[in-house]
Amino acid sequence: MNNDKTALNRRSFLKASLLSGGGMLMTVSWLSGFKSADKSEALNLPEQWAQLNGYIHITPDNKVKLICPNPEFGQNVMTSLPMIVAEELDVDWKNITVEMGPHDNAKLGAQFTGGSNSVRMYWKPLRQAGAAARQMLREAAAQTWNVPAGEVTAKAGVLSHSSEKTAKYGDMASKAATLPVPKDLELKAPKDFTIVRKAKKNVEGQKIVTGKPLFGLDYHVDGMLIAMIQHPPAFGMKLKSFDAAETLKMPGIKDVFSLKLYEDGFEQAGFDTRSFNDLLVVVGNTTWEVMNARKKLVANWEPAGDVKDTMGGRNGKREVIVPGALESTTTQMQQMQEYAQKPAQQLRKDGDPETAFKNAAQVIERTYNAPFLAHNCMEPMNFFAHVTDEKALLVGPLQAPGWTEPTLAKLLNLPPEKIEIQMTRMGGGFGRRAYGHYLSEAALISRKVKAPVKLMYTREDDMTYGIYRPMYTATYRAALDADKNLIAFHVKGGGIPEHPVHANRFPAGAVDNYLAEGWQIASNITIGAFRAPRSNFNAAAEQSFLDEVAEAAGKDPIEFRLALLKRAKEKPVGKNNEYDADRYAGVLELVRDKSGWGKPGNEKYNRGVAAYFCHNSYAAHVVDMVTRDGQPYVERVFSAMDCGIVINPDAATNMVQGAVVDGIGNAFYGALTHKDGVVQQTNFNNYRIIRHNEAPKKIEVHFVQNDIDPTGLGEPPFPPVFGAVANALYKNKGRRFYNQPFQSEMEKVI
Amino acid sequence: MATYNLKINGKVRQVNVDPATPLLWVLRDHLNMTGTKYGCGIAQCGACTVHLEGNAIRSCQLPVSVVGKQAVTTIEGLSEKGDHPVQKAWLEHDVAQCGYCQAGQIMQAASLLKNNPKPTDEEIEAQMSGNICRCGTYLRIKEAVKSAAKK
Repeated sequence: MNNDKTALNRRSFLKASLLSGGGMLMTVSWLSGFKSADKSEALNLPEQWAQLNGYIHITPDNKVKLICPNPEFGQNVMTSLPMIVAEELDVDWKNITVEMGPHDNAKLGAQFTGGSNSVRMYWKPLRQAGAAARQMLREAAAQTWNVPAGEVTAKAGVLSHSSEKTAKYGDMASKAATLPVPKDLELKAPKDFTIVRKAKKNVEGQKIVTGKPLFGLDYHVDGMLIAMIQHPPAFGMKLKSFDAAETLKMPGIKDVFSLKLYEDGFEQAGFDTRSFNDLLVVVGNTTWEVMNARKKLVANWEPAGDVKDTMGGRNGKREVIVPGALESTTTQMQQMQEYAQKPAQQLRKDGDPETAFKNAAQVIERTYNAPFLAHNCMEPMNFFAHVTDEKALLVGPLQAPGWTEPTLAKLLNLPPEKIEIQMTRMGGGFGRRAYGHYLSEAALISRKVKAPVKLMYTREDDMTYGIYRPMYTATYRAALDADKNLIAFHVKGGGIPEHPVHANRFPAGAVDNYLAEGWQIASNITIGAFRAPRSNFNAAAEQSFLDEVAEAAGKDPIEFRLALLKRAKEKPVGKNNEYDADRYAGVLELVRDKSGWGKPGNEKYNRGVAAYFCHNSYAAHVVDMVTRDGQPYVERVFSAMDCGIVINPDAATNMVQGAVVDGIGNAFYGALTHKDGVVQQTNFNNYRIIRHNEAPKKIEVHFVQNDIDPTGLGEPPFPPVFGAVANALYKNKGRRFYNQPFQSEMEKVI
Repeated sequence: MATYNLKINGKVRQVNVDPATPLLWVLRDHLNMTGTKYGCGIAQCGACTVHLEGNAIRSCQLPVSVVGKQAVTTIEGLSEKGDHPVQKAWLEHDVAQCGYCQAGQIMQAASLLKNNPKPTDEEIEAQMSGNICRCGTYLRIKEAVKSAAKK
C-alpha cells in the first residue's frame, strides 16, 4: 500500500493547471465532491442512492453507480475513468453501472475532454475518491460492529471482519455517506491492481450496437423545433440583406431571422472562436423541411472587410484585427513562401548555429507544407437548447462545458447556476467540439423563438464552416561536419494563422547548435485544435527530415535517432527540453525489436519509421508499405507507446490503431482548400477520408510496461504516423514527398 | 403531404409527410427512431444504412414514396434482444470508439453476410468501403465480420 496524504482534508483543494490549446488555466476543486451528505440528503436521494462523493453512488441493495466526469468522444473515458474509481473502491466490475455525470465542475473537476488529459488529470483524484469511499465504508462497518476500522477489510464489494461478520457495501453505504472524509488515504500499489490494466469492454457497447439514442443529434423532446444557419458562401463575407418570403411559404417553417452571435465589443475567451458572427437562421418543424426551405432563401452577401474582434482572457482585453481578404490556397502558398524569407521570431537558440552552418561540410535544407484540415466528426455539429428568461437547458456533444458555460452566461445574461449543460456521447470530436459556438448559437436561437430548438449543421455546413487545423510550412536545415556528425539544426516554421514550432522538443537538447524560429500570417480562416495540434504537422516534417539527414550521414534512421537521444540524456544541450530521452529511446527500441527492423524477412516491404513526443506520451511507428494496384499501400504497422500505466489495454490498443488509420488517411488524402474565400470541399464526395480497403491489414500495438502515472493516449500516436508514412513512401517511390496530402503530390507527377 | 404505411421492423407505421422526404428523416424525425444516423446526406458515408427487403441501402437517398410495401429493417430491429451475430461480434471485438457510424457498419455487415456467408477479406473490404469510420476502427470491423461469419 502507498500511503497517500496529499491534500486530503475537507478544506483544501487540489489545484491543477490544464494547459492545452489556448493555454487556459483551470482550477480543479474536485475535493468539494467529497462533501459528506448530511443524513437527510443521504437518505432522500432518488432510489436511496447514497452518494459517497461525486463519483460514487451506492444503494442499500448494493447497486454501485460510478459517475464519469468527462464527456465521451470515443476515447473510452466512460469505461476507463470509472475503472480507476472501481479499482480503489474495490468493487466487482461486473456489478457496477456507469453514468455520464452532469456538468458540475465543483463536484466533478474540470470535465474537459481534450489534450489527452482525461486519464492523466483524473488518475489521482479518482483513485483518491475510490480509496476515500472505501475507507468510509470500512469505518461505517467498524462503528456498526463495534470493532476497530483497521480490522475491517473491504474487497470486491464486501466488508468483513475476523469475527466472521460480513456486509455488502450497500449495507453500509448510507451510514458511510454521513461520515467525515478521511484525511489519510491508502492507495493500492500497481502490483495489486485487479481492474486497472485488465481489458474491460466499452460500458456503452450494447447501447451502441443496438442504436440507442446516445448522441446529441438523437436528443428529442416534444415540441422541439429544428434550426439551421445559412452562413456566408465565403470566409471574408458577411450578410448584407435577405428576403425570406419564399422560405416562409415552405411547409413546416416557423421563422427566419438574422441575429448576432457576439455583440460588438464582446470579450471572447480562448475557445469562443466562430467562423461567422451574423447568423441567418431558418427554424421549422423537421430537418427535411428546414433543409429544403433554406435553399429558397434569397440572401445578399458583401465583403466583411477587416473585422475587429475583442479578446478577453488571462492576458487582459485586447483588440484583434481579422483581415477581410477573400483568400485562395494559391495566394496563401505564395504568401507563406514570402514570409518564410523574412526574419522571424526566435523561439530558442543554443550554441552558435550561424557559425556551425558556415563551417559545415554539408548542409541539407528542405521545406515541408501541409494544408488546412477539417475535423469531419461523423456526427456534425449540433446542440439542443431550451432557453427561457429564467433558465437554460442545453444538451448535446461538447468537449469543454466548463469553458462554454461562462460565455453562455454572458450571452444569456443568466447566472451559471441557471444554466444546465448535459453532455451526450459525441460522434467524434478531435478538438472540434472544444469550440462551443454552436451551443451558444442554439441558445440564442431558442431564446429568440421561445421554444426548445435543436440546431443542426448539415455535413456541408460542418465542413465549410469549421474551426480547422491551420495551414503550415516549415523549413529545416541540418549541418553535418566532415565526419557526418550532426553539428547544427535549424527549424523555421510558419503558418496561417499560427506557427507550428515546438522549440523545446527533440532534437533540441541533442544538438550543440540549434535554432528554432516561428512566424505567422493573420487570416479570417478560423482555426483551432485538431488531434495533437501543431504536433500533427511537426512530426510529419521533422521526422521526415531526420530520415533524410540520417541517410546523408550514412546511418540507420533508428540508430541515428538513438545516438542523438543518448547525447540528449548524457549531456543535454540547453534548457527546458520537454521530453525524457530515455522514454523516447524506449519506444524506438521497442518498435525496432517488435518490427524486426533491419532483420531478414521484411524484404517485401518499403519500411518507414518515425517517433514523436507530445501530450506527455511517447510514440513510435514502423510503417510497412507495398505497391498494390500501382498505388502505395500501407499494409502493416508496428506501434510502440509509452503512456505510463495503461488503464484498459484493449481499448488503448483500439485507440492507437485508430490513430494510425487516421494518420495514414490524413497524410495521403486530407486537404481543405480555398478559392476566393470559398471552401472547395463540401462533403465526403470531394473531401477524401480513408476507407476500409485503404486501412492496413494489421496494426500491432505494443506498450512499454512501467509503473509511471498514466499520461494521454488520444493524441500522441497520431503525429508520427505522418512521418513514418512519408519515410516509407520515399522507399516505395524513390523520391521524397514534402507536400501533404501525398496522394495529390503523387498525382501531380503522374 | 401524403400518408404512407411503412413496414418497419415488422410493424406497420403510418406517417404523413412530403413524398420526397428521405427515409432517414422519416425514421429520425417522424418516428423518433434515431439509431439510423445522418452523416453526409449524399450516400457517401454509410451512416444511414438500413435494410430494404434484407439488402443494405442508404436511407438518406431513398425517398419515402418509393418504399412502398418493401420491408424496412433498422438497427433497432436487427434483432429483438440485440443479439444478432454481427452485434455480438461487435461486442466481442469491442469495435466502437465514438460509435456514431457503427449502426450503419453493422447493418452493412449483416446484409453482406446474409448474401455471402463466407466472405473473403477482399469481399469484406469491397462491401464495407462505402461506410466511413472517422475513428479508424476498420481493422476491428473486419475481424468482427469474420467472427460473425463463423457463427
